Amino acid sequence: MTRHYSALSLLREGLKGHTGWAPLWRSPAPKDTYDVVIVGGGGHGLATAYYLAKNHGVTNVAVIEKGWLGGGNTGRNTTVIRSNYFYPESTALYDLSVRLYEGLSRDINYNVMFSQRGMMVLAHSDAEMELAARTVNAMQLGGADAELLDGKEVQKKAPVLNFRDDARYPIHGAIFQGRGGTGRHDAVAWGYARAADRLGVDIIQNCEVTGFLIEGGVCKGVETSQGLIRSGSVGVATAGHSSVLAEMGGYKLPLHSYALQAFVTEAIKPFMDTVAFSPMTGSYFSQSDKGGLVIGGGLDRVPSYGQRGNTPTQETVLAGIIDMAPALAKVKLLRHWAGIVDVSPDSSPLIGPSGTEGIYINCGWGTGGFKAIPAGGYLFAHLLANGAHHDISRPFDPGRFNTGHLIDEAAGSGIAH
Amino acid sequence: MQQFPCPFCGLRDEREFHFAGEAGKTRPDTTKEISDADWTTYLYYCTNAKGPSREIWVHTTCQEYFVMTRDTVSMEVLSTEALNEDAA
Repeated sequence: MTRHYSALSLLREGLKGHTGWAPLWRSPAPKDTYDVVIVGGGGHGLATAYYLAKNHGVTNVAVIEKGWLGGGNTGRNTTVIRSNYFYPESTALYDLSVRLYEGLSRDINYNVMFSQRGMMVLAHSDAEMELAARTVNAMQLGGADAELLDGKEVQKKAPVLNFRDDARYPIHGAIFQGRGGTGRHDAVAWGYARAADRLGVDIIQNCEVTGFLIEGGVCKGVETSQGLIRSGSVGVATAGHSSVLAEMGGYKLPLHSYALQAFVTEAIKPFMDTVAFSPMTGSYFSQSDKGGLVIGGGLDRVPSYGQRGNTPTQETVLAGIIDMAPALAKVKLLRHWAGIVDVSPDSSPLIGPSGTEGIYINCGWGTGGFKAIPAGGYLFAHLLANGAHHDISRPFDPGRFNTGHLIDEAAGSGIAH
Repeated sequence: MQQFPCPFCGLRDEREFHFAGEAGKTRPDTTKEISDADWTTYLYYCTNAKGPSREIWVHTTCQEYFVMTRDTVSMEVLSTEALNEDAA
C-alpha cells in the first residue's frame, strides 16, 4: 500500500497501474470511549483532531460527522485565505492561519493548492482611502503584510475592473495583501482527515449526534445514531448548526445563523489573477484554476437554516459584480448554492468553554471560517488538550460578551459577517 | 421571490420586510440592579431555532412591527399577527 505522496510514489504507482494507493482514511466503527470527541467533520473539526494528535500527543480521538467530510461550509465557501483585519487580536489569529496554510501542503503531505495570488479590498473615495491607510497601518503593526495601492496600481493588477469615467463606484485604490489568495477547499478537509487518520484519529461519518451524555452537570460523552460514545471532553465545531447543539447541551450562544450564497460561472480565459473585493457592493470574485469565476457577497437578510440560494441576495451580489467588472455581464452562471454560517454580535469567533462542563465550542466564524481552519484547529486543540486557552485564542473566549471586551470586526474592518 | 403577509397590508414582496429580532425577549427592569449576566443574555444570547421560530419583523413600507412565525429551514410563513400588549 502506498501512503506517502511524492513524485517518486506517483511514478511507482503509475507503473503499477495505480492499484496500490491506500484509502485516505479508515472508516472504523466507533469505540466505546475516547479521550476527546469532536463533533463536526468539517475543516475546523478535522484540523482540531490533527493538531490534538500532532502537537499534544492526544490520539484517542474521534471526529463525528453527521453527513460526509467537508460537506458543510468547508465545501461551500469561496476558498479565500487572508488576514486583513483591523484589531491586533484578529490579526494574530488570522495571520497564524495564513502562516499555517503556507506550510500546510508539506506538513500534511497533501496538496491544498494554496495560491498566494493576493487579495485587494477596493476603496472608492478619498475618505475610503484614508480608512484603507488606517487598515494597512493596523495590519502592518499586527505583523501581517499589507500595501496601500493607488488607482493606477490597482488597474495594473486587475485591468478588468471598472475604470470607466461613468463608474458608479470609481476605484481610488485598494488595500492589498500579497500573501492572501485562494486554496482548494475539499483538499483542506481531505488532507487534514488523512493526516489525522494516520496519527490514529477515528473519523466516523454518517453518524449524527442526537444528544449529550450529562452526568451530574458534566458532559461525559455523546449520544449518536451509532450508539453512546463516552468521552473525556467534547469539542463542538458545527458552524451554522452550533445553536442546535447548544440546545442539546444545555448552554446558550449569542449566534444567528444565516445563509451565505456563492456562485461559479462557466470557465473563461484568464481574466484576473488576484482576488478583488468591493466593500461598497459587498461582492468579490476570483478566478479558479479551471477558469470559472468564483463569486461571493454579503449575508442573506434573514436568519435561515435553508442550505440553498434565493433571488433577492443573488440580484444584489451579481449586480455588485457587474458594477466591479462590467465585462462579466454576459458570462453565464454554472452553479449557485448556500451554506449556513453562524454570525456573532461582534463578527468574531467564539473559542472556549461552552458553559456546560466538559463541552468546548469553536464557532461564530461567520462568513470567514475557511481561511481560519488551520488556526481554529490549532487553538481549539490547545484548549481541548490543556483545558486552558492559547494566548491567541484567549481574547475570543465567549466570556467577552459578559465583560464587554468585544472584538468588533464589523466596525473595525468593515467585513460583512 | 417570496411574499410575506403583513397583518396590515397583505401579501408583499419579501424585500419590503426587515427581521428585527426573536420574540419573547423582555428588557430587564432598569430601575433595579441588573447583573452583567442578565444584560448579556438580553443583549446577545438567542435561541436561533432550527425549524419554527417566533420573531419580530417590521414591514418597512408601512413601518408597522408585527410577530411572524416561520420555519427557518423551509422559509414557510406559518402565521403573522399584529403586536399587542400581551404578544411577544
